[in-house]
Amino acid sequence: MNALPCTIYISFTGALLALVAGIRSAATARVVALLTALTSFGVTLMAAMDFVPGPGLQTLINHPWIPQLGIRYHLAADGISMTLIVLTGIAAVAGILFSWNIEERAGEFFAFFLTLIGGVYGVFLSADAFTLFVFYEIAIVPKYFLIANWGSTNREYGAMKLVLYSFAGSALVLAGLLWAYAAGGAHSFGIGDLAAAARHFSPALQTGMFALVFLGFAVLAGLFPFHTWAPTGHVAAPTAASMLLAGVVMKLGAYGCLRVAMPLFPLGLAFWQPAIAGLAIVGILYAGLVALVQDDFKFVIGYSSVSHMGFVLLGLAAANAQAVSGAVLQMFSHGVIAGLLFAVVGRMVYERTHTRQLEDLRKMPLHRLMPFAAATFVLAGLASMGMPGFSGFPAELTILIGTWKTAPMWALAAAVGVPVAAAFTLRVIQVSFFGSTEAKAVPATAVHPLPPITLAEKTGALLLLGATLLVGLKPDLLFDWINPALQSPLFQAMFKGGTP
Amino acid sequence: MSPDYLELLHALMPEAALVIGALVVLGFDLVVAKRDTLEERMNSSVTIGALSIVAALWHTVRAGAFGPAFGGVLNFDHLAVAARGGVLVLALLTLLLSAGTAHARHGAEYVAVILFATVGFTLMAAAQQLLLAFLALELASLSLYVLAGFDKSRPASAEAGLKYFLFGGMAAAFLLFGFSLIYGLTGSIELPQIAAQLAHQGMSPLLVVALVMVLVAFGFKASAAPFHLWAPDVYEGAPVSSAALIASASKLAGFTLFTRLLWPGFGIVAGIAPTAHVWAGWVPVVLLLSGSSLFIGNLGALAQTNVRRLLAYSAIAHAGALLLGVVVAGRAGPGPLFYYAATYGLATVGAFGVIGVVAKAGACQKITDLAGLHRRSPLLAGCLMIFILSLAGVPPLAGFFGKFAVFAAALQLGGLASPVGWLVFLAIAFSAVALYYYLVILKQALVTAPAADASRIAVPAPAAITLAAAALMLLLFGIFPSLLLGMF
Repeated sequence: MNALPCTIYISFTGALLALVAGIRSAATARVVALLTALTSFGVTLMAAMDFVPGPGLQTLINHPWIPQLGIRYHLAADGISMTLIVLTGIAAVAGILFSWNIEERAGEFFAFFLTLIGGVYGVFLSADAFTLFVFYEIAIVPKYFLIANWGSTNREYGAMKLVLYSFAGSALVLAGLLWAYAAGGAHSFGIGDLAAAARHFSPALQTGMFALVFLGFAVLAGLFPFHTWAPTGHVAAPTAASMLLAGVVMKLGAYGCLRVAMPLFPLGLAFWQPAIAGLAIVGILYAGLVALVQDDFKFVIGYSSVSHMGFVLLGLAAANAQAVSGAVLQMFSHGVIAGLLFAVVGRMVYERTHTRQLEDLRKMPLHRLMPFAAATFVLAGLASMGMPGFSGFPAELTILIGTWKTAPMWALAAAVGVPVAAAFTLRVIQVSFFGSTEAKAVPATAVHPLPPITLAEKTGALLLLGATLLVGLKPDLLFDWINPALQSPLFQAMFKGGTP
Repeated sequence: MSPDYLELLHALMPEAALVIGALVVLGFDLVVAKRDTLEERMNSSVTIGALSIVAALWHTVRAGAFGPAFGGVLNFDHLAVAARGGVLVLALLTLLLSAGTAHARHGAEYVAVILFATVGFTLMAAAQQLLLAFLALELASLSLYVLAGFDKSRPASAEAGLKYFLFGGMAAAFLLFGFSLIYGLTGSIELPQIAAQLAHQGMSPLLVVALVMVLVAFGFKASAAPFHLWAPDVYEGAPVSSAALIASASKLAGFTLFTRLLWPGFGIVAGIAPTAHVWAGWVPVVLLLSGSSLFIGNLGALAQTNVRRLLAYSAIAHAGALLLGVVVAGRAGPGPLFYYAATYGLATVGAFGVIGVVAKAGACQKITDLAGLHRRSPLLAGCLMIFILSLAGVPPLAGFFGKFAVFAAALQLGGLASPVGWLVFLAIAFSAVALYYYLVILKQALVTAPAADASRIAVPAPAAITLAAAALMLLLFGIFPSLLLGMF
């Protein structure tokens, strides 16, 4: 358990090592990166073994960092952070397996990749708002280089848009946090201390601070109408980067909302709750409908991410224990499933067929050319639709039930999103993999045999599929971590609208 | 006042080391190195110059803060020691970078003038009397005019020198006029006496005129809008290491000098004391300068295609944030301001150093001249990434924490819903805009493929070590800001 901070240091060290190894050869860099990711994943699993769920954050390290400003290097974990750290470990390993074919500037690629991962681990472990913010920004900048250097369609535009949105969001967060810090007497950035200080703020002050911090984080979580960076960014990114973007980076935003914005300013949350829920529902439906009419395979997945993240935001906005625990489970679930979907589209299909246009894919008998990819995608699609047995089902169900308790109308409206998700998923499965089922439609001789699916890809896909199935069949694995965490005084005060 | 010259000698050992170093550089070049090649003469001059700066640095650190000296003309408080250390380090980096990049003709003169400018900077950092402040400022400025126009083979350099001189001369005239009015009002040129007199007199129309004149000179030195017009031309035209010195050490010394004038000297008429309800004083003017610099710097930078002009506009934008640091220095102390100015200087020297090395291997005017730097020299590309990201304020680099400390202190003056708070919000919002133009540079350096005729760049060893050291310092001070903040 106490070794968890090592995940951060291992990742940053691994980034340096991969950079150096890249001078030798791409293969060395790959191996170094994989070993790094596996080591930190191993540390995570070991910590998960002896993790005792309980209310409140369990401190891992708490050290004065910048005493002049009362900033402490305070890392801690509870069930929510554990869930997301395990997700990060899975996503990192899978991401590296799916970028096994990167040859050009591989050392730099994995250096940026592991820097991002280190930042993500750091965010999920921070119990000090300053520490969290620093790691949050460390996770932003590498995305630009990952996308702009190794991306595909319109990569420089997509990379710039994504990074500027993220950075603008974090600027809002910084303004809000500094405001709260200064108004609270400038003693500490500890989340608990800030929350204690914020109790004495006027409702108007809390409302303003909450708006800045929540909106800033929610930009990265894909809150409508600030979601437009997500589809373009996902499409432009190389496979591993889109897996990370959808898999963990969007969760950073949601996590920031849950860990910082909501407990700190419960009165602000109470004020903005309907607006956030409304935007989340619009996001679910709008992004789902947009996904229904895309021509580009990857755009479908990109918009589906926005739609699924809408559920997370809705669960957070509902602000009761059940909805929030569903939202956290949905973060995990979507992280795994979106990663898998992007892996199939970006790596298995696009890099073999060199097209993502659904019209072109329709003409190829992909289910026969790459049965493994087709089967994986069908399973991932089912998981994404929220089929029982996969992790998406308990997550979305819990969110909807929890939301119902706060406002039945929200749950009803959001539930419409479920069939929409089924519709766009089924459409894309049908068109891309089973477009031409008749053998006659395409003569076998006209189709170039595609390179077979590699071992690395299969391992990665099985890892992600296993995770979604395991949690789908036994969601209590994670609920037993998440629910006690939500019993902490900070969250309980938040659920009660600021009255302790 | 009974002058104690022994005490003065002791206090000014660093300056003595620099002046002796400059004279040795000139003498050595004239007598010993006459027959060497230009390159060798430049190298020996840089070596001697660097040694004298190291000696000065050693004296500064060893002496530490010992308070007023020479009857209060100089004040060696913590700020003075930190700022002297800062300008010496920045000057040292500039000098080492100039070894491989500067125009090699008249190398000894170039190094000597850099050392004289540094003497001006270190005196500026400690001056506590108007006359000495003005003399130190002029010593530094005159040296910088010469440095800006040093490259006689390029008309752009002459233009830079002339423009800098004309603007600077005008600013100096304003400053002197302002000083004379203050002397007339208070009967003293010593800051403590001036402060005492002003506490007695309060605001008067003549004082307003005097303050405005001082602030004009400050605006010029800080390259704050609307006194920024010289900056893009000088940054573009001056030899690279001169521009680096103007952008880094000169900024740090200037901000130290004017912060000392404004707070200990005229702090009583600042106009932002928590009890004062009337906004009359110099703080509102500085806030105005800060806001306009943020606007003009950030928006102007968006339109630049020349990398040096872009750095100039970025300097104007940073001046806006630094001016906020001056405003907060009254309450939070000079720590945040010094941290910001010093680390900004480091990043700027580094960025100019990279430009200098690239320019030696070809042209480095347009941003596109940096294309494919990751292929041409991975070291330069990596260092440039750190410098630019630090300028952009991305953690864990020092540039982020500088902004953070200044903004945190500024918000304590009145929350986000006060004029200072609006300015902070503006500055934070502009940091997202700024990231765009910084990423435009990094896109060329790290993403775009090199031009067809671009070759690998051989980085001279001193430059490579200096750049790596600057990058490491930015990382170190960014992760452990207390190293610098703890000096106060």
